[in-house]
Amino acid sequence: MIEEYIEKVNADNEKVLSIFLTTGFPRKKDFVLLAEKVLHAGADMLEIGIPFSDPLADGQVIQYSSQAALESGITVRDAFYFAEEIRKKTDKPLIAMTYANIVSNYGIDKFVNDASASGLNGVIIPDLSLDEYDRFITFQKEDFDIVLLATPTSSEERLIALDTKSSGFVYYVSVTGTTGTRNGFSDEDISAMQKTRKLILQNKMLAGFGISSPENILQIKDFCDGVIVGSAIIKKLMNNESYDSIANFVSELKKGCKITL
Amino acid sequence: MVMEKKNYSFPDASGHFGKYGGKFVPETLIAPLHELEEMYHQVKDDPLFQNELMQLHKDYSGRPTPLTFANRLTKHFGKAKIYLKREDLCHTGAHKINNALGQILLAMKLGKKRIIAETGAGQHGVAVATVCAKFGLKCVVYMGEVDTHRQSLNVFRMRLLRAEVIPVTSGSKTLKDATNEAIRDWVTNVKDTHYIIGSVVGPHPYPMIVRDFQSIIGREAKKQIQEKENRLPDYLVACVGGGSNAIGIFYPFIDDEQVKLIGVEAAGYGLQTTKHSATLTLGREGIFHGMKTYLLQNKNGQVEEVHSISAGLDYPGVGPEHSLLKDISRVEYVSVTDNEALEATKLLTEQEGILPALETAHAVAYLNYLMPRTSKNEIVIVNISGRGDKDLNTIIENLGKTK
Repeated sequence: MIEEYIEKVNADNEKVLSIFLTTGFPRKKDFVLLAEKVLHAGADMLEIGIPFSDPLADGQVIQYSSQAALESGITVRDAFYFAEEIRKKTDKPLIAMTYANIVSNYGIDKFVNDASASGLNGVIIPDLSLDEYDRFITFQKEDFDIVLLATPTSSEERLIALDTKSSGFVYYVSVTGTTGTRNGFSDEDISAMQKTRKLILQNKMLAGFGISSPENILQIKDFCDGVIVGSAIIKKLMNNESYDSIANFVSELKKGCKITL
Repeated sequence: MVMEKKNYSFPDASGHFGKYGGKFVPETLIAPLHELEEMYHQVKDDPLFQNELMQLHKDYSGRPTPLTFANRLTKHFGKAKIYLKREDLCHTGAHKINNALGQILLAMKLGKKRIIAETGAGQHGVAVATVCAKFGLKCVVYMGEVDTHRQSLNVFRMRLLRAEVIPVTSGSKTLKDATNEAIRDWVTNVKDTHYIIGSVVGPHPYPMIVRDFQSIIGREAKKQIQEKENRLPDYLVACVGGGSNAIGIFYPFIDDEQVKLIGVEAAGYGLQTTKHSATLTLGREGIFHGMKTYLLQNKNGQVEEVHSISAGLDYPGVGPEHSLLKDISRVEYVSVTDNEALEATKLLTEQEGILPALETAHAVAYLNYLMPRTSKNEIVIVNISGRGDKDLNTIIENLGKTK
């Protein structure tokens, strides 16, 4: 379902915009409203982060939102509940993002079944490497995608292997580092992305990490099928910006996904 | 260095100790982990590399460390003979230097110019800062903010050694958070940086590499006890946080089934409280810091904040090999409290003139439980993993309370 949706957006000569939100952040009570506004403003997909106490792949901003969500008592069940509520309002892809321990603690079978039943279309597990995939993913479901990550340090051989395993899309980590905003991309970053794109043949490729502005999107949009923005949104939420102001920002980002140079 | 042929042969080719271990890390780190593993396999049997390392152990670190017969402590209990493996006499005051020396040579082979490390008690940080000073490499040490206060002497030592010490303010502000931060640094600076992990934890190949570098402790002890007693010991006792000094002394004895191996965890304020670090005693399987292993976590899979009076045992995970050794019952894992460790610190100091680190004191404290079930013709070796000078502040603050 995710792949078909990306294809549909791309067919209109647009790149996909996927927005990451941390479950229940900044508040539980109107989180669904936030999700709705983000989708309405032009997000094509929503990634729903399920917080983990030790998020290795995340920079300070998402560490902060994860910690705040945990302190407000958010669990996997809450994330599934919110997904169910959001699903009532949209047909766009909804994807869970969480760490391996959260999935294994919940049980892989149960996680896939419950996530799928709540209307989620897949999961991204940033600390699940290809090396552990077969031992870890002991249960799968048709139409529930397990998205793998590719990085600038991945060898050609690995890129081909993880392209084969990944479903939904391949998440390209556009910089070496953790999530969070940076000052644009270097030529080296861009050429690594171009190289990777040529090897990802079985999946669509969405780029994430370090994308925080329409300018960033313009810099890389020709080398991917879509972009993922997380920390830049969370940072605005941390600064108590209104949901309408977040929505405006999302539509600016979406504009960047539409312009052809 | 020739490794003993073993029936016990872990990790397997994919880096697992049974169902434990593995590589649960962001994809960015897979390439450097593979590169490290390849380099390690090259040097493992390379006599040039091993000679260089042995020379450093001997001329720089002061190995072999003695195996000291604890005459008065033996009399104190009136049971088995007690020997002490004296890692406290290593340069920098703990076994941590064994691994730091091995890994700095590896890092230089890999052409890395910048070294990062995490530290709890500061002993590993000091060891890494020391080898970086010796070889002229840039050194950054991540240390939980809480630990920078508990172990302020070691912070000063590291800075004197020109290491940059970065206090970590996320989470519980202790060893686990320092490790998170070190891994995040590595993900970001992977090209020029080598991460010297301080214990037998983290993604493969670290638990294997650190074990191999630390197993010099057990190889020496085995030879020394043969020379002194012409037989193997009956018991080996070591403290377990991440578990590197314990694996170091246990590993060369793993196939000697008559030798009973005992790992002592930190029970903090007591196992009935939430303030302890007894991972193998009370934890369950989880995935943390790149490995599958026993983990102290809540029902939702969130890692617990743990406690021990000793900053080096204050860790919610444990090396994956210990998880396997527990499951196959090759090692018995037990625990002692903060107060028991403090009392043991006094005991060893008064009886033998050896001030142990608070981590080490946990192993000594377990003698109170072990010795009554031994007999006079048996032999116990305790791994004295480090010296206690760094803990004087904590000891002064706390010994008053227990009296």
